[in-house]
Order: sequence, then C-alpha cells, then structure tokens
Amino acid sequence: MMDAGRHPNITLLTNSEVASVSGYVGNYKVTVRKKPRYIKEELCVGCLQCVDGCTYKEAKFADEFQMGLGKRKPIYLPFPQATPQVVLIDPERCIQMKTGKCKKTCAAACDRNAIDFEQKEETVEVDVGAIIIATGFKPFDASRLPYYGYGKYPNVYTGLEVERLTSASGPTAGEVILRDGTRPKSVAIIHCVGSRDEKTNRYCSRVCCMYSLKLAHMVKDHTGAQVYNFYIDMRTPGKSYEEFYDKLLSEGVRFIRGRVAEVTDWAIRPEEEGKLVIRAEDTLIGVVRRIPVDMVILSTGLEPQADAASVASMFGISRSADGFFAEAHPKLRPVETNTDGVYLAGCAQGPRDVPDTVAHAGAAASMTIALLNRGQVTISPTVAAVDEKLCSACKTCLSICPYQAIVFNADKNIAVVNDALCKGCGTCAAACPAAAITARHFSDEQIVAQIEGLLREPKTAEGARP
Amino acid sequence: MNFEPKIIAFLCNWCTYTAADAAGVARMEQPANVDVIRVMCTGRIEPMFVLKAFAEGADGVIVSGCHPPGDCHYTNGNFKTFRRMPLLERVLSQFGIEDGRFHWGWISGAEAPKWAELARTFTEQVRGLGPLNWKDQLASKED
Repeated sequence: MMDAGRHPNITLLTNSEVASVSGYVGNYKVTVRKKPRYIKEELCVGCLQCVDGCTYKEAKFADEFQMGLGKRKPIYLPFPQATPQVVLIDPERCIQMKTGKCKKTCAAACDRNAIDFEQKEETVEVDVGAIIIATGFKPFDASRLPYYGYGKYPNVYTGLEVERLTSASGPTAGEVILRDGTRPKSVAIIHCVGSRDEKTNRYCSRVCCMYSLKLAHMVKDHTGAQVYNFYIDMRTPGKSYEEFYDKLLSEGVRFIRGRVAEVTDWAIRPEEEGKLVIRAEDTLIGVVRRIPVDMVILSTGLEPQADAASVASMFGISRSADGFFAEAHPKLRPVETNTDGVYLAGCAQGPRDVPDTVAHAGAAASMTIALLNRGQVTISPTVAAVDEKLCSACKTCLSICPYQAIVFNADKNIAVVNDALCKGCGTCAAACPAAAITARHFSDEQIVAQIEGLLREPKTAEGARP
Repeated sequence: MNFEPKIIAFLCNWCTYTAADAAGVARMEQPANVDVIRVMCTGRIEPMFVLKAFAEGADGVIVSGCHPPGDCHYTNGNFKTFRRMPLLERVLSQFGIEDGRFHWGWISGAEAPKWAELARTFTEQVRGLGPLNWKDQLASKED
C-alpha cells in the first residue's frame, strides 16, 4: 500500500468518491468528489502532534478501524499503516467544526500549519483509459440473525472484532479479553453466519473456514481456552490450508459438525450459570448438545457493498445473482466485465481470500496495461449504420441513443453513428420512422427471416417441426 | 391430433437469453414449443416483429429483457420496451388477438428457473387458447 502511495505513476485519491463516469474504452472521463479531511495533505507528515494536542485529552469516540472496541479522538490517523500517512478531522465530532468555539489546540500543536478548518469538498476530473473496480465487500451484519445474540449478549463477537483483539496494534494490544476484562476459559466459533443459508446468503463466503481456524489458533495460543468450532463442512482448499486444519486438530481444538440453533444465557444446569450456552446438534454422533462458553465468535460472511447497485449502473456493468459485480465469463474471463475497459479485482467480484485477491488484482492490472499499450482496440462489428439516402433528418435517433453515439451532420442533413461509441443495442433501428438505420447483424431482414424460418410449415406430412 | 402451439420469444442477449441458455445448460424442463430469437436488447424489438410473428403463424409471442430500472446492459433500452409494449398490446387487442397470446416482461440472467417456469406456463396458457390461425385468415382475405 505504501509502495503504491509512493509510486511516481500512481495518484491516490483517498477519502474520495466517484460522482460520474462518461466516455468509452480508452477515453473515460471520471468525476471524483474529493471529500475534505480538513488537513492540507501536502503539508502533513503524520507526526501526530495534533492528535496529542487535541482539546479532548482522552480519546472518547468509537474507533471504526477497531470495530468500535477502541477509542479515537476527533482528529486521528485512521489506522497505523494508513496511506497516505495523513490525519483527518471527523466533522461530526470536532468541537471547532460543530460549534466554531474550540481553542484549536491541535492547530497550535501543528508546526507545519497543515490544519485547515475551512477546507471544502473538491471535484476532480480525470481522463483515464481503463477502470479497475476494487470496491471490496461488506461484512455480514450479524445482528440480522437474532438467535445468535449479537448485540444482545456483550460477549458475542464477530470474527473481525476478535481479529482486532488478537492484533498487537489492536485496542487491547493483543490481549484476548472479554468486555469485563477477564480472559475467556472457553470459546465457541460459529461458522457460516450469513453464508450457505437460505435465509440470508446462499453462497459460501469462502474465507470464513480459514479465518475461523486462524482465530481458533490465536485465541487458544493467547488464552489457553478450550475452543469449539461449530461447522457445516470444513472447506480448506488452497495451498497449505488443509495442513493448517490438521495442525489445529492436533492442537486439541474441538470441531463439532452441526449448525448452531441458538446462543442463549438461559442456564438450566449449574455449570451454565453466567455463561453463554450454545445449542447445537452434533450431526456426527446424532445428539443435541448444550455447551457453556465464555465467548462466542461469529464467523460472518462476505456481502456485496451496500451501494453495489448504484456503482454497477454508474460504470455500466452488471451484477450476478448474489449481488457481486458480474464478470464477462465465469471461467474464461473472470477479470473483465461486459463493458470494455472496465475490470474487476478482488471481493467486488465475489468472495475470495488474500492470495486469490492478489492474483486477481495482478491480472486486472496486467490486462489494463496490455489494453493501454496496444493503443488501439478491437470493437464489435455489431453497430448501427445510417442509410444516407433514407435518413429524413427527423433526429428521433439522437435522443433515443443511450450513448450519445449518433450525431447530426448539418452539412449533409443526416444522422451519423460513431462506431466507437455505438454498443449495438439497436434501439435506434427500432425507433427510426424512415427505417434508415440498420442494426448490423440484427437487421430487419435477418430477424424477419428468422421468424419466417421458425414458423415455416414442415414439408413432410408427419415431419417434426423445423 | 394434439394441438402444439408455436411460440416465438424475442429475448435480449444479456438477461433473458442468458437465463434461457442457463436453463438449458442446467437441463431444466421446458417445452420445445418456444423458439428463441436473440436480439442484443429488447429496445431493438420493433412492434412489427411481434405482428410479423403472429402473421407468419405463431400462436404466442414472448418479449423479455432485463429488469428495469438499471439492469439493462444498454442503460435504458428496456425503458423503450416498457413504453412500446403497452401500446402494442392495444393494437393486438384491436386486431382481435387475445391478451394471453402476448407476454412481455423481465427475466434477468440469474433467473434461469423463472424462464423455464414462464416457458412452461405460457405454453400451457396458449395451448388452452387454441390455434390462432392468423396466417390462414390473412391468406383468405388476400384471396
């Protein structure tokens, strides 16, 4: 990430959002809304003196990067490896931004005068030849499944939250502790939360088995707790993955095959008092079990981003049944989309793990470079053509074309199709009152011939339909 | 002799044609009465094509493309279909063609089972209406 930030040929626009896209392969014009961070990026060196100098002496706001488990100040570095290494101000939290009545001790602490409370949103227009969409995924919201008690019982965590707890740069500096500060003695990991489930997402999120195993290993290593995994199937394809699973089996991590019915605090046995009870069927021995634990980790699945539909329509790409962006072909063209010059990388196209994402992203970058270096593109011959003799200059087609591919030639008094812009939908051919427009390969004659051919009576008396 | 309806389906390349293709690949059960003509977009479908299909002897016609809004591969081709087809329906009823013989709607590329279901139910619906015989009627009028 740092390398990308430093590369002379890469311009990073962070904290920004694409507002609109126009043009076509090789000639895209992208409008980007650069949101204000209230810091002059070119001056800030990430020394964090402003954070120390902030009027708030203690960090008191939920830190998004720590999944709300840690706290941050209104001026903060999003996370330790953030690229660029530049702080930002949260306008919803900062006293100066909200009331204008702060002592502005952060600005006083900054010796490079990088803080600018007046910064406004900027609109940047960039000309690009190709676009790679790498918008990632959204973690499944575990509170959608109330029977697992997320949000109700404080010691039910998601995998990502426990990942922060196990991290040395996390809110507990790597200590796996419960909300009351004690170490868990027993931990349950529930697999397939929001995956392989008719009620939520039918697909397998692919990464959860492996991250569950990793968390099981880390939690056991950090706390010595008894760890139970509740799984439907263990899916460990990938280099060295099955070996890692074998290692956990030998470490004494328990694996129970069965989907968990419920997480409850309703104790019916003395050893369940004050604990969370997992109710699940162990399908391998055919009994229903109640297992009391201190901590529950929900292995939440991967979902498309909430704004995937609007992003898809903005870039003119489609989505598959699961909501992720659709590739041009599931096996042979997994990186391209159906729109020329728009490529996909990573979980935006579907759930995948880090090695697969790196490979996918590398493929997208290579395809982009190959496209741009060639300097020319092959376009489909399926485009519309105007018959100059028939065109009556009514201009109906101009307004109907979704790509503004038809322009009016005032000198010749005819409409003209730009072959590079035309995508060949044929809407203009259907609308042309003078029948002057032909949709090549889908002309009126060709379609009528198909209708006639399909409905021709069979020659032989008892012959099958043609 | 059993009446086997002839049905012509105009499907857009990106959504319903893909669904029909997927339904075939997945070996979903569907009647052989439906013959598909692929177009790049439902926006390409001139109302004349539908009339032509009836005039050539079709007993039923299907027009299907991408779900509006937003699903259209060509941004808004399906919107044009959305505007044209209700008008065409009125023309068809004025010609005396029953409502049940013409279906227009939306099936996305991911809805193969929905396509197979439509092919089955529409075929049965047209079978229930019986032969249209428009071709013969037109021929007799020409005489």
